[in-house]
Amino acid sequence: MTTTSTRRTPRPRTGGGPRSQTGVALLFLAPALLGFAVFYLRPMVKGFELSLTRWDLLTDPQWVGIDNYKALLYDATFGRALLITAVYVVVNITTQTAAGLGIAVLMQKVSQSTVVRSLLVVPWLVPNVTIAVITLFILDPNVGLVNHLLGQVGVGPIAFYGNPDFAIITVALVNSWRNMGYTALLIFAGMQLIPKMIYESADIDGANQWKVLTRITLPLIRPILAMVVVVSMIGSFQIFDTVAVATKGGPVGSTRVIYFYIYEKAFQHGQMGYAAAMSVVLLLIILVMSLFQLRVTRAAESDLG
Amino acid sequence: MSLTYGLWDPNQKPAYETCAANFEKETGVKVNIEQSGWDDYWQNLTISLNSKTAPDVITNHVAHDPELARKGVLLDFEPFLEKDPVDLGQYTGGLAKLWVHEGKRYGIPQDWDTIALVYNVKDVKDAGVDPATLDDLDWNPTDGGSFGKLIAKLTIDKNGKRGDEAGFDKDNVATYGWGLESGGGVVGQGPWSWLALSNGFKYLDKNPFGSKYQLDDPKLSQALTWWQQQIEKGYVTPVEQAGNLGLEPMMEQNKAALVPYGSWRINTWSKSKAQQFAFAPLPKGPEGRKTIINGLAPSITRDSKHPEEAWKWVKHLTSPACQEVVANEAVVFPSIGKYSEAAAKAHEAGGVDVSAFLDIAKDPTSLEFYPITFKAAEINSEADLVIERIERLDGKPADLLPELNKKVNDLLASE
Repeated sequence: MTTTSTRRTPRPRTGGGPRSQTGVALLFLAPALLGFAVFYLRPMVKGFELSLTRWDLLTDPQWVGIDNYKALLYDATFGRALLITAVYVVVNITTQTAAGLGIAVLMQKVSQSTVVRSLLVVPWLVPNVTIAVITLFILDPNVGLVNHLLGQVGVGPIAFYGNPDFAIITVALVNSWRNMGYTALLIFAGMQLIPKMIYESADIDGANQWKVLTRITLPLIRPILAMVVVVSMIGSFQIFDTVAVATKGGPVGSTRVIYFYIYEKAFQHGQMGYAAAMSVVLLLIILVMSLFQLRVTRAAESDLG
Repeated sequence: MSLTYGLWDPNQKPAYETCAANFEKETGVKVNIEQSGWDDYWQNLTISLNSKTAPDVITNHVAHDPELARKGVLLDFEPFLEKDPVDLGQYTGGLAKLWVHEGKRYGIPQDWDTIALVYNVKDVKDAGVDPATLDDLDWNPTDGGSFGKLIAKLTIDKNGKRGDEAGFDKDNVATYGWGLESGGGVVGQGPWSWLALSNGFKYLDKNPFGSKYQLDDPKLSQALTWWQQQIEKGYVTPVEQAGNLGLEPMMEQNKAALVPYGSWRINTWSKSKAQQFAFAPLPKGPEGRKTIINGLAPSITRDSKHPEEAWKWVKHLTSPACQEVVANEAVVFPSIGKYSEAAAKAHEAGGVDVSAFLDIAKDPTSLEFYPITFKAAEINSEADLVIERIERLDGKPADLLPELNKKVNDLLASE
């Protein structure tokens, strides 16, 4: 590193030295930092504090130390909620990413029209609650459109939301459908970063479409793909609204995902402290999984030399 | 000067609005009525009590009263009653004592309710059954008695075969004999409480404020086993359909011919334009005819800024003046006996016979109280899971109920 010290650092064309740059940077970051501190950091600290108490919202909180965490170890419903959430995340993330990738490739190959691209994100613009209500009708076993169509080919009726074996899968697929357009758009944007000449040379070498996809496109969009998966996984773990509207945790508790269980404990059973302890555990789980994923997918590095 | 009064039943709002108008004329105190649906009502109540913005007077239910009382968010009525006594003996069914905990009173009954059978008149006649015979049904857990025969006969499949005929197709039922109301927790007030109670089952070691549930009682599992058999035979709406459809559309679209239900919805059925419904008494079980009698009561919240005025409103709600209004509107049965009769008369004038609900309330041997304990919300979540498994034929009541009993009693014993 001795060679660099002899070189003169090029001065920025405007502004002063690096110190004033930090100032400007902080100024730009301030709104985000302030929001983070007020709406995330403080509630997070408060939430952790709550998790060490017993509080029913009506009487004063009582300090109970780590009792809530100990109780979690013996709570079979909590374990089941984690498992149900895991099933949801796996089904949701795999289908959503696969569908997103497929659509992105189609956009690249077939249509680059802005109209088509805009249409793809329309479901993502509709609130989850609305989607849940609409699908509740469409998938209804008595009057739903899907079961009507299935009936024409002699299948069903299937209680998509009403059968404990399908309910969580249904919730996952409904949300995959909602999000796949957005995922596709992100992946599509990533594809635009791949230089055209790589495809041209592949063409010259006679590579087929499948080879181009698996050997060029996928490896080169890996960082984007990793980001998409990590970010959507974090969101996926926090599934709540569709469950709250469409199934309320049922049938027979088969869609009682972790966030819904937290909500039940906090607002229906008056156990804020216990609910807060579950939230802390969930935070840790998501944190560890995200770090692990970023690590194994080497998301910060790119293969584009 | 104004008060807020919270309630969840939109059907009752007009009657209490009239009471509020009379009350304002009398005292100059305006009462604003806030109505929200059952689930939201209780959730909002907790949050608003927390932020000290709760209504001055709330409509209280025995499923929630114990926790509210224990947490000290309701005002004790005893100090008011000392200065300003009320005859607590005048209220139907001994309901007044349900609102007392550890010497403190948190409510005075404003109405009462019982369960009876709601049936589709045309369906019963089409089945060749004389509606008058429904007044004398019996039931037992072995062969189901005449009630069991009735619901089999009322069930009809898509080929027109009845449930008691050969060739009945239980997988293609057009009208079920017995409509299922989903949910209901550990109580099963509408769907099955009366079956189990008429078989001699008691929810608790002591009611109100028992410390142990008795869900492992064979009398409960006998009743629910028989119920499950009817579901299996295809005589009861499957839960998958029932939950999505809701009870009212189920009955109005004639997907079910009969449903046991509470008196608080009499008008839903009697004013239906889609079908003609009528009411019949519950069947007599081995221990006779049994219904839960329950009722609502106004309570004053701790942080009310106008407790004196709030007390006056509570007194007005539970006094002859307001009870007469409620009776004439014929919405629910007012708590004072005389006005219950008046409500029945008002229904009769409209051509509706509600004696199935009223007669049973006059017979003390037929009445049981709603199980009143702490932690009802948690207990009900646990029980809902088990009851739903029974409805889905996923396990036997004789195995599931003792397990549930242990869970529920552990919950009650904790702390």
